[in-house]
Amino acid sequence: MRTVNTYIGRPIERVEDFRFLRGRGRYIADLKREGQWHAAIVRSPVAFGRIARIDAAPALKMPGVCAVITAPDISQPIPTIPFRRKNPTIAPYAQPIIAADYVRYVGEPVAVVLATGVELAEDAAQEVIIEINALTPCVDWRASAAGRPLLFPGTATNIASTFTAQCGDAAAAFAAAPYTRRERFSVQRHTASPLETRGLLAEWHAGDGRLTVCGAAKLPFFNRRALAGMMGLPETSVDYIELDVGGGFGARGEFYPEDFLVAFAARKFGHPIKWIEDRREHFMAIGHARQMDADIEIACQTDGTVVAMRGTMHVDIGAYVRPNGMTPVRNVIQFTAAPYRIPNLDFTGHGVLTNKTPAGTYRGPGRFEGCFFCERMIDIAAREIGVAPLEMRRRNLLTDQDMPYALVGIAPEDGFGDTECDSGDYRVTLERCLEEFGWDDKKALAGTLRDGRYHGIGIGCFIEGGASGPGESARIEVTSDGKVDVYVGSSAIGQGIETIMAQIAADALEIPMDDVRVLHGSTNYLKQGYGSYGSRATVMGGSAVVAAVEDMLKCFRDIAARKFSIVADDVSVSGGVARARDGRAMTLAEAAAAGVLTCEGTFTSDKRTYTYGTAAAHVAVDPKTGSVQLLDYVVVDDVGRVINPLTLHGQVVGATVQGFGSVFSENLLYDADGQLLVGSLADYQIPLATDYPHIRAITLARFPAPHNPLGAKGAGEGGIIPVGGAVTNAIASALSAFNVQPTDLPLTPPRLWDLIQRSRAPTP
Amino acid sequence: MQLQFEVNGQAVEIDIAPRTTLCDCLRDHLNLTGHAGCEHGACGACTVIVDGQAVRSCLMLAVQVAGASIVTVEGLADGDELSPLQEAFRKHHALQCGFCTPGMLTTLHALLSDEPMADADRIRDVLSGNLCRCTGYIPIVEAALEAREHYAKKQGSKAG
Repeated sequence: MRTVNTYIGRPIERVEDFRFLRGRGRYIADLKREGQWHAAIVRSPVAFGRIARIDAAPALKMPGVCAVITAPDISQPIPTIPFRRKNPTIAPYAQPIIAADYVRYVGEPVAVVLATGVELAEDAAQEVIIEINALTPCVDWRASAAGRPLLFPGTATNIASTFTAQCGDAAAAFAAAPYTRRERFSVQRHTASPLETRGLLAEWHAGDGRLTVCGAAKLPFFNRRALAGMMGLPETSVDYIELDVGGGFGARGEFYPEDFLVAFAARKFGHPIKWIEDRREHFMAIGHARQMDADIEIACQTDGTVVAMRGTMHVDIGAYVRPNGMTPVRNVIQFTAAPYRIPNLDFTGHGVLTNKTPAGTYRGPGRFEGCFFCERMIDIAAREIGVAPLEMRRRNLLTDQDMPYALVGIAPEDGFGDTECDSGDYRVTLERCLEEFGWDDKKALAGTLRDGRYHGIGIGCFIEGGASGPGESARIEVTSDGKVDVYVGSSAIGQGIETIMAQIAADALEIPMDDVRVLHGSTNYLKQGYGSYGSRATVMGGSAVVAAVEDMLKCFRDIAARKFSIVADDVSVSGGVARARDGRAMTLAEAAAAGVLTCEGTFTSDKRTYTYGTAAAHVAVDPKTGSVQLLDYVVVDDVGRVINPLTLHGQVVGATVQGFGSVFSENLLYDADGQLLVGSLADYQIPLATDYPHIRAITLARFPAPHNPLGAKGAGEGGIIPVGGAVTNAIASALSAFNVQPTDLPLTPPRLWDLIQRSRAPTP
Repeated sequence: MQLQFEVNGQAVEIDIAPRTTLCDCLRDHLNLTGHAGCEHGACGACTVIVDGQAVRSCLMLAVQVAGASIVTVEGLADGDELSPLQEAFRKHHALQCGFCTPGMLTTLHALLSDEPMADADRIRDVLSGNLCRCTGYIPIVEAALEAREHYAKKQGSKAG
């Protein structure tokens, strides 16, 4: 079809790199406004208590201090942060945008200091006196689930919501199965940790009653709606502006208390207000993720066919239900068994409140955790039944014959739409992964001691839900020089959408990519948009671009037809030129010169895409120290269609390495008083350049996505999902002589060393 | 206090509070890149080159660079042309969000200027002081390895 350009599918080097490589990226901290004030947030130093007194007077005497905001300065009732999805029970647990009475986690905003310089604001923040009558906090989810004590007066439980996922008849299947096995697993609290901390700059334009908030990411349109509602402004009077963003990974760009507080201050005082989070603050303020406990049971035939799974997951969601707080809870029960054909499922997921920083999403929410639980369970069962782990997966993975395959439904219904696996043969990525990894050659290494270390190999299969609905918009404008501006609702968080959208637009318009400029992520570009979350930007935004181009080509044809005084059907368009049969021609630039040439397109779909894949790991474990070296790691996924192999590969490898941080080192530890023990990037250990050099990622495009014009599937999260399962299975394989079966992350050297010591086998 | 130094070959004279870090000075007062990822020397995003050495500008006060010569990421390219190291970063997709990139480039520029034949292990070792949350480091190492040739030539021509 496309003859002129074929940008889609080629490893196009990114257009955004030119500015980043030369120091011309502009992030929120780089922004300055005349007369700006700086905000410093005073945060609760205790995990649970009632505010007795706040005295800002000493702070107000400090040099450069302009004002201090506390709850009484804000209209009553104090606004609460809205939820992204409906849920019948979470309303009492919404977070007030500033603490008025109770404080429920260390780091909860209590006051805002405004000063003429950032250092001055930070100095003064130390001087705000806060007296809190401390209460006994709930730090452990077990105590909290038992209601000791209740965190919200007037409620009957600390369980904010309970989801169930049921299909078939699990009880009957368990009763009849020859083999059943129950095990408990857990994943530790950690977080996305983008390298740039959050920041905002809000400006109030009194003349026309408009508010501009710079620092948007992920969900500018949702956040605008939320902020406008809280401030009593029409939605169209608020603009969220996106600058360059130093990483998102699901946590950045949700609506946080500071979104309101900074905007409120800007309107109240008429000065631009700038706030940049510091790293210590970041750890106690940005959404936490992943802390989860699973009690799971599997039922199998003796040949390894899985007939049922059931279990209960408790997710520690922290002190409040944040906008996306329930996503990991509902995802984990829907996705734990996801890549497999298991007819009987019965899962329950509880979102449990504790006195910790509220949780939200981190890349692959609920899927990383569920994959870890399931892949460990399958390896444990395979070992005990006496079936090879690979054979067990081959027997149960979904095939193209099963497609489309409805994932188990969730109650209460939460508006996630259709969750039906769309296409693929999950055995394809398994076999390809084994081949690339050299499984058969490495098999002999499993469990052997070489040079003082035990070697092991392990595997993990996964699916990734992408293309989150409901839709996305795009607008295309041809300028009078024939260049094309493409405006998309998708946000850029480092994934390269300026390049990807330009590839898609240039191919659809059959014009050179250099003629396309992509503008994104700000609410002033489009009437409606959504953003970048749930591996959706390329699929939803890209499909909206295709829709806008189709409209544009139709307009172009009509303009040319009028000029040539012929019917539009007699005009052909290719390569940016409209032609009549007699040879008369008109360029896009000429059409644009004749009047504004602009078209909008929308892509709407409630059908998800499901990228799938398999990862294999080869590790060496030192029994004397418990440390693990990753010797080889291969991940193979099928994304339907690849728009840009360079950026796609970057997504998979980058996500994989994040997953190693989740498995080995990242941990947001709290003490018994609810004090966060992590305050810096020296305590919170994200992977380093020296840690994981051996990673291979292979992406296939075997089964296109059937429900979007590109055939592409969301692919930003898949890489992280199988890491926990594959690596831990490899460690268990290495330590098979000890029958060490790790069930809890992170697998730090002390924890593994301890497991080895406690095993009954003789120590080496 | 009054301060004079050189940034990217240009003489600079500014009046700055003694407690201002070099990182904040570059960003807030000179409109250059000063990416503060942690402000405690752990992430390396703020790395600049001071008198030939890669240093964390968040751990240095601006007043400490009086009389020094500083190179920031803006000083690595020749006009609008990307340097060979920058070209290699683009080719290998060694950056995603771009926030760590200035520190990665300055660190590698300082390393390869001194040790143009640094091997992958040496490069990884030096980069272990710079955090990247997006790429997994593999393409950054590949880009550095590719750029070595250019630095070797430059050193060769200097020696010659």
